[in-house]
Amino acid sequence: MALELLLRGGTVVDGTGSRRADVLVADGVVVAVGEGVEAPGSARVLDAGGCVVAPGLVDLHTHLRQPGREEAETVESGSRAAALGGYTAVVAMPNTEPAIDSAATVREVLDLGAGACCEVRVAGAITKGRRGEELAPIGEMAALGVRIFTDDGSGVQDARLMRRALEYASGLGVLLAQHCEDDELAEGGHMHEGDWSSRLGIPGIPTEAESMMVARDVSLAQLTGAPVHFLHLSTAMAIAMVRAAKAAKLAVTAEAAPHHFTLTDELVASYDPVFKVNPPLRPQSDVDAVRAALADGTVDAIATDHAPHAQEAKELPFDQAPPGMLGLETALALARTELDLPIERLLALLSWQPARIAGLSGQHGGPIAEGAPANLTVIDPDAVWVVEPDRLASRSRNTPYGGRKLTGRVRHTLLRGEPVVIDAEAQR
Amino acid sequence: MRHLLSIADLGTDGIEEVLRLTESFVEVSARAIPRVPALRGKTVVSLFYEDSTRTRLSFETAAKRLTADTMNFSVSSSSVNKGESVRDTVTTIAAMGVDAIVVRHASAGVPWQVARWTDAAVINAGDGWHEHPTQALLDCYTIRERRGSLGGLRVAIVGDVKHSRVARSNVLAFSMLGAEVTLVAPPTLMPPSLAGWPVAVSHDLDEVLPKADVVYLLRMQRERQTEALLPSLREYTALYGLTRDRARLLGDDTLVMHPGPMNRGVEIAAEVADLPSAVITRQVANGVAVRMAILFLMLGSGGDLGA
Repeated sequence: MALELLLRGGTVVDGTGSRRADVLVADGVVVAVGEGVEAPGSARVLDAGGCVVAPGLVDLHTHLRQPGREEAETVESGSRAAALGGYTAVVAMPNTEPAIDSAATVREVLDLGAGACCEVRVAGAITKGRRGEELAPIGEMAALGVRIFTDDGSGVQDARLMRRALEYASGLGVLLAQHCEDDELAEGGHMHEGDWSSRLGIPGIPTEAESMMVARDVSLAQLTGAPVHFLHLSTAMAIAMVRAAKAAKLAVTAEAAPHHFTLTDELVASYDPVFKVNPPLRPQSDVDAVRAALADGTVDAIATDHAPHAQEAKELPFDQAPPGMLGLETALALARTELDLPIERLLALLSWQPARIAGLSGQHGGPIAEGAPANLTVIDPDAVWVVEPDRLASRSRNTPYGGRKLTGRVRHTLLRGEPVVIDAEAQR
Repeated sequence: MRHLLSIADLGTDGIEEVLRLTESFVEVSARAIPRVPALRGKTVVSLFYEDSTRTRLSFETAAKRLTADTMNFSVSSSSVNKGESVRDTVTTIAAMGVDAIVVRHASAGVPWQVARWTDAAVINAGDGWHEHPTQALLDCYTIRERRGSLGGLRVAIVGDVKHSRVARSNVLAFSMLGAEVTLVAPPTLMPPSLAGWPVAVSHDLDEVLPKADVVYLLRMQRERQTEALLPSLREYTALYGLTRDRARLLGDDTLVMHPGPMNRGVEIAAEVADLPSAVITRQVANGVAVRMAILFLMLGSGGDLGA
């Protein structure tokens, strides 16, 4: 029997605009959109009153930690967190143990994702073992549907190797994404280098460690004609370079993480490693630049950089603790609460623009119309809630937002027509 | 005061109180039997993750002179080598019933973390490049002992400020007590930003020395020349060392200070360290009295200070 489901009473918002409409879903696809859609008696009705019905969110930057770090997160727990955050697709980063640098590991993660609460796509490594020395089998991984390649966690330091990777990838129609950090300049740093690092006696990572690599890769985009995606940009200087590159019609895209438009380096004064992240939290002037770049289109996507870590890892001394913060369950609400942008713009940054970058437009982020895949999320834009770390679905608790009051919450999420989240509760 | 993590925790009034109390403990230390029963029944544990014989001995001596029980948790002989976390170590020690934990760690901020995990009073005995508040207090006391007050004194702190917890605590303490602080170092050994620091900056020691009331030399670590911070220690000594020739620029009553251990011949010439105006051993002696004052303030119940 076909699973039929009616989202009733909401406002549909997608890349074509917004309108009051009910949405009827059957067999994993949207079958009717309009006011007062008649549902068969057998259909399940989910209340969307006062809510926005939108294409599911797409995260370009998720660390699911599997294989290798299952105590911090699994594909199952991470995808549940994603669904609760409104995501219907995530791109799993390849800095696992072992790295996702072969067809076999890609297959392993895709298999784990088969029964997950959201679609799990994989980013492959650019180089073997993410060591920055030899190209990984990009073509073999691309044949399995991998569309984004990155050594995330590290940048590809060698300009010649990066050039070759860009040229090679362009022949396969896949995208390279860069973790922008010059290793030698950043060496030994654990927070943003500036007023606070100087005062706190913590070795710093200068702004220029990010912008130098952005400058190099803008140059390589020019040289090769290949597209480049910049991961988690955090500084005004790097953003200005991307803005200039876009004005010059280079094929560059960029993302920013919620913590880089909500938190500043001053928080490190607590010496709580929950505030350690890479790129590090920056001063207010950089936070303002990230916000401006999200507003003016320089940055194309909000990406979570969801990076779970076990409790014991985040209780190490600050300079020994691993960088990273949870993000999937708070990204939408942080954007809604902190960014002064209309919901249509927020959804562009969270859904259809990242879907396009990830090569997922056919399945995720597309207009909600008859025949479209029913990957949808229903958002109560005015719901106020408090982040309680112990109630998160992630296996880890390293959110820097514990106790914070946020506006905007996911009510329901549909994956291929199946309600994986109902009334903010995961269904599997 | 619950913990002593930063000089900022004390504020100017707190520093004054510690220094006043230190005076009576200097007197106690001069007695034939330098011991008072002020902290009888209290337990002070030193938890040192980094070798520092002098600071550890100073704290232990201070605790013993107050008749506190002392425990020494030294990392080389402990469960830390078996992979125990700082948190578990602190929980274990606290479970034995301790009143104060004196922490030294190579990572900035560890005393803040320890303070979140225990009800005992936590004293920062040096955290990475960050702070070393009891060193700053003993330095303040030593200067006051010779000069009466820090108000209006010109203090030059010379050397590796960037990596120095002593410098960070002393900049705060000296300026709170009214001194004018000048940092003297090559730019590579300065913190990347001095925004908000109540200091002047110079790269010319010869220009600073004649006007200084106190010259405070920082320890120069040998590894700095391998980190491209300096061409060589020889060049450092030539430009920033308090050499015999340079010591002639000092005023007659200019104090020469050093937190120890000294690299004689690098940041300070041997003969200069032995000048009458060098109060380096006096700093060590006062260190015990200052730490007695701190322990007494944090753990004492206004008990008997008499013999």
